Amino acid sequence: MIEQQYIDLFETYRKEIDRNSASGLNKERDAAFEAFKKLGFPTSKLEDYKQSDISRAFDAELGLNLRNIPIPVNPYNAFKCDVPNLNTHVFFLINDRYYDKTQTNPPLPEGVFAGSLQTFSEKYPGVFNTYYNRIAASDNGVTAYNTMFAQDGFVVYVPENTVVEKPLQLINILRGGVDLNVNRRILLIAEKNARVKLLVCDHTVDDVHFVVTQVIEITAEENAQIDFYELEENSVKATRISSLYCNQQEQSKVTAAGITLHNGYTRNDYRFRLLGEYAETHVGGLVISDKRQHTDNFAFLDHAVPHCTSNELFKYVLQEKSTGVFCGRILVEKGARKSEAYQSNRNLCASNDAHMYAKPQLEIYADDVKCSHGLTTGQLDEDALFYLQSRGIPEEEARMLLMVAFTKDVVDMVRIDILRERLEYLIDKRFRGELLRCGNCNVCK
Amino acid sequence: MENLLEIKNLHVSVEGKEILKGIDLEVKKGEIHAIMGPNGSGKSTLALVLAGDPRFEVTKGSIIFNGKNLLEMKPEDRAREGIFLSFQYPVEIPGVSMVNFMRAAVNEHRRYREEEPIPASDFLKLMRDKREMLGIDSQLVNRSVNEGFSGGEKKKNEIFQMAMLNPKLAILDETDSGLDIDALRIVASGVNKLHTNENAVIVITHYQRLLDYIKPDVVHVLYDGRIIKTAGPELALELEEKGYENLINTAKE
Repeated sequence: MIEQQYIDLFETYRKEIDRNSASGLNKERDAAFEAFKKLGFPTSKLEDYKQSDISRAFDAELGLNLRNIPIPVNPYNAFKCDVPNLNTHVFFLINDRYYDKTQTNPPLPEGVFAGSLQTFSEKYPGVFNTYYNRIAASDNGVTAYNTMFAQDGFVVYVPENTVVEKPLQLINILRGGVDLNVNRRILLIAEKNARVKLLVCDHTVDDVHFVVTQVIEITAEENAQIDFYELEENSVKATRISSLYCNQQEQSKVTAAGITLHNGYTRNDYRFRLLGEYAETHVGGLVISDKRQHTDNFAFLDHAVPHCTSNELFKYVLQEKSTGVFCGRILVEKGARKSEAYQSNRNLCASNDAHMYAKPQLEIYADDVKCSHGLTTGQLDEDALFYLQSRGIPEEEARMLLMVAFTKDVVDMVRIDILRERLEYLIDKRFRGELLRCGNCNVCK
Repeated sequence: MENLLEIKNLHVSVEGKEILKGIDLEVKKGEIHAIMGPNGSGKSTLALVLAGDPRFEVTKGSIIFNGKNLLEMKPEDRAREGIFLSFQYPVEIPGVSMVNFMRAAVNEHRRYREEEPIPASDFLKLMRDKREMLGIDSQLVNRSVNEGFSGGEKKKNEIFQMAMLNPKLAILDETDSGLDIDALRIVASGVNKLHTNENAVIVITHYQRLLDYIKPDVVHVLYDGRIIKTAGPELALELEEKGYENLINTAKE
């Protein structure tokens, strides 16, 4: 049993884990441990993990930095993110730890906290206890695993009636001399009428295997607005298992988009619960992959109450021998009338060896709802290709134009202008093969 | 004068079915040719084959354009040599803006002539000049290629692209279909403005209507993959009056 070594590890090092974390995080570990012992890592025997056996990623010799041995890195020197100069507040996580030497950012509005999860749990125990590990599912093995081992992470807390105008940017850097397991935690809270935008960029700096679990908990209280964007540019040796849980209250609006530009093995869960009427969710995903990369996006939209709207758009461009997986489940609960839920999944297989597995699932238990889903997987439109060529554009260039065009509507979901423009540029470079293998770090240069 | 286009004994098949069964056609600089004929006679096939549509297989014959063997060229090279097809059904390409599309096309033409890319300000001026010359709404060029365009808008957009690329030979495939009379006038006057002694136009149409505005020098009737009659502009009028039936019956005999 693959799990046993992690169970032993947890029991053996429990004191070390606790000592290098904070009591708020520590008190969640016991229940998570019990759950993990019961559930284990998800395997392909589970319907929702059919194409992505998570347990296999852990069948390896992985180190964990439980004693918080400092990792020598100055992110400002070692690294230039591909999304620079956004005029944002920038923060770093080195593996799963908050980088506490963050250089001065412009001041945040009063009452807003952005920083270490440990610090937050001590400074704002009330808020922390209300939200930490309350939104994440208790019946998911990999989430339980993350809760067992998570020692730090990043928090954004925006109190009532506060608007953070400038986007926040969190840069996750994976760094290590040996194969590593990293368990990262992100907490994002927008209280009533609050507004915030967070961009998270994932990068690998070292050429070792990383297995990352990431649990993101997002709460949008009444009439709050949250934008959450993720850009993955990891190396092919990275495994990323990310679970985003989001609870939305009345009239809140959340836009979430994940862009996978470079990766090895990725599983992203997007689990939204619409708990207050007139809540609105927009969730998008874009995957560009080649080699033998594997990207699995799982989206679950739970319409629990009436009058909510959700919109899903997931697009994949699969080249070479890469694999894409999409499962989109929409649940409209009993009584959730006037729900509107739309799902679209469009995929381009640019090679004969690329595979796409797509599965829309609609469960509707209410009357008077509008729900739709659309799914297509195919090749580039030959007519469009010929049309472009007939105007003098060479075939290769025409293919490039069409692939970039294919990604446009997901990119258009991004509501930070300068980020959207940057993404267009990066996507163009990606298709031209000009993007360095793991983003733009100095190590690769 | 030397021929700009010379088609000899052209046979074309699609999926094993022969559609063009020996076409001969010569077009000189400065000329306007009309190709008429009933549905299914092979008019659009001829247009698409000239542009290099890969769905069609040329089984016999030759096409020489401006002294070069057209059949050996890829579609993009034909375009850069000066062939332009105004499509009967222009393709919608969501996500590709007209501006980026035209910039790419213009620069590829320049690269082919070993010229530098066009400076941004010159390009925008070129776009504006051509748009104004043709009387085309600025909205059209700010959108994705043909996306959500009406039939008339799509055809106007074809002529706009023609103006931008300044071809030696323009082939208008049923450019009049689906046009109301105002759009037809705009399209036809655009073609007339672009036509000079240095270039040529092939107009493919069912009807005399477009030929009231674009005056052909030569009219051909294509039927069942062959040109069954070639004459002056009076042939179009005659067909308008009497239909194709007489001609077809004569050809069959």
